[in-house]
Amino acid sequence: MVDQALVELRGVKLAYGVGRDSTLAVDGLDMRIGKGEFVAVVGPSGCGKSTLMKLVTGLLPPTSGEIIVHGQTVTKPIKGVGMAFQNPTLMPWRTTMDNVLLPMEVVEPHKRRFRRHRAEYEERAMKLLRTVGLADFSQKFPWQLSGGMQQRSNLCRALIHEPEILMLDEPFGALDAFTREELWGVMQALWLEQRFTAVLVTHDLREAVYLADTVYVMSRRPGKIVLVQQVELPRPRTLASTFEPAFVDLVHKLRDRIHLEHA
Amino acid sequence: MENLERNRLLRLAMPWLVMIVFFAIWELACVVFAIEEIILPRPSKVFEVIVLRFDILLKFCLQTLWSTVIGFGLAIAGGLLLGLAIGASPFVYSGLYPLLIAFNAIPKVAIVPILMIWVGVGFLPAIITAFVISFFPIVVNVATGLATIEPEMRDVMRSLGATRTEILVKVGIPRAMPYLFASLKVAITLAFIGSVIAETVGGNNGIGFLMLSAGARNDAPTTFAGLFAIAIMGILMYAICAWFERRMTKWAFRGELVS
Ligand SMILES: Nc1ncnc2c1ncn2[C@@H]1O[C@H](COP(=O)(O)OP(=O)(O)OP(=O)(O)O)[C@@H](O)[C@H]1O
Ligand SMILES: [Mg+2]
Repeated sequence: MVDQALVELRGVKLAYGVGRDSTLAVDGLDMRIGKGEFVAVVGPSGCGKSTLMKLVTGLLPPTSGEIIVHGQTVTKPIKGVGMAFQNPTLMPWRTTMDNVLLPMEVVEPHKRRFRRHRAEYEERAMKLLRTVGLADFSQKFPWQLSGGMQQRSNLCRALIHEPEILMLDEPFGALDAFTREELWGVMQALWLEQRFTAVLVTHDLREAVYLADTVYVMSRRPGKIVLVQQVELPRPRTLASTFEPAFVDLVHKLRDRIHLEHA
Repeated sequence: MENLERNRLLRLAMPWLVMIVFFAIWELACVVFAIEEIILPRPSKVFEVIVLRFDILLKFCLQTLWSTVIGFGLAIAGGLLLGLAIGASPFVYSGLYPLLIAFNAIPKVAIVPILMIWVGVGFLPAIITAFVISFFPIVVNVATGLATIEPEMRDVMRSLGATRTEILVKVGIPRAMPYLFASLKVAITLAFIGSVIAETVGGNNGIGFLMLSAGARNDAPTTFAGLFAIAIMGILMYAICAWFERRMTKWAFRGELVS
């Protein structure tokens, strides 16, 4: 495993609500994510994957256990993360461009430079939008975009400030297979270039194996890790590699493990 | 296509048609049932008065309009501030909301005499009454807009490390704008009610005062002319508010942009 962990979860438990109404979402969650590692998390629906994302970024405080990022216990939302939430949550009063630029208005050091260097930042946002095929829609409002297009803008918003840690909650869920596979390539290229630490939640096992160094399989609710699978396939991986036996074997292994959760 | 165009024209003409029919029935009823002018003047008579005494009516109208607009302006400023405070902080909310409700339950006519003791007759009671009566819907709407922000939207900001102020400025205020503008349409009509009440209960200017003195002289047509004048001003101000709403919060009317 990783010796130097950037993100570490120790016996994390989270219950939503209190008393009889409470739902235990995750229990006894242990993870170690190294710096620059690409991690994928798979598991049945409702097992606490989105919850895990919010825990790591400090949006939710754990009921018990400890979350450590950069050697420090997380108690409030941490800086330097980019998060693509499961539902796009774009702001309806902002155009796609302005939505993507939002982190620049909030995150240092861009915040200070933003007003004076707006053109430069817009160029940067445009470049991202182009890679996801949204160049023509930069001046449209979110409600003028399709669900998949909103998801792609959402992804751009998470990436624009080149965060150290990237949390992606089913970012390709609403996309057709072709666009999705194209974006795997885009994502991998970005990662190879910037080497950020990424946590990707997905239901697509091929996606997990294509992108990740390590795949974590979660159990049914209350979620905990039941399998940690290293993916030691050479990079850059291509669509052709997804048909190679080593790749297919891994996907089958993960699928078999998840099937146990549904039994 | 031609049909659509005709439908559109018809829709635009409808309010005028209804109004004409309404006045026609009124006129007819007055003639047929021989209603005395002092009880219900014929609309033609009222319009005649409006034309004949236009300068006086206009002068009193402008007085009322000023009181209303000033009171309304103050209500927007105050309502926005208090609404933001209430919506942004649960403590201010739990502390002030019950008080606001209690305050809103007081019939505003009741405070006019008190106001007159405090500030005398004149413009001030009208301005204050207009303010007080139109303040509440603005506060409540702005606070509602803030309080109903989707938690996900707040999470997006928090995950970027935004401060409370940044969340308020970048999400809270834009999100509260449609609520604010929706309340303005209600508030401006209420503001007219407020200023006219104050002028009627005890004032020495404004359309309310004019109506009261005309009523005392049994001059029903002039009283009705005053009513018409208030209605016209109300519609005008409402239209201005609605226009602003359209312009400022286009995104909240998304569905209608399609057609
Ligand atoms: N705000 C909340 N309040 C109460 N319970 C919640 C809340 N959010 C999630 N839960 C519960 O916690 C559990 C885990 O939810 P979570 O959203 O983390 O699942 P998930 O693994 O992301 O599922 P999916 O794959 O369908 O997105 C669910 O059973 C859900 O009912
Ligand atoms: Mg989820």
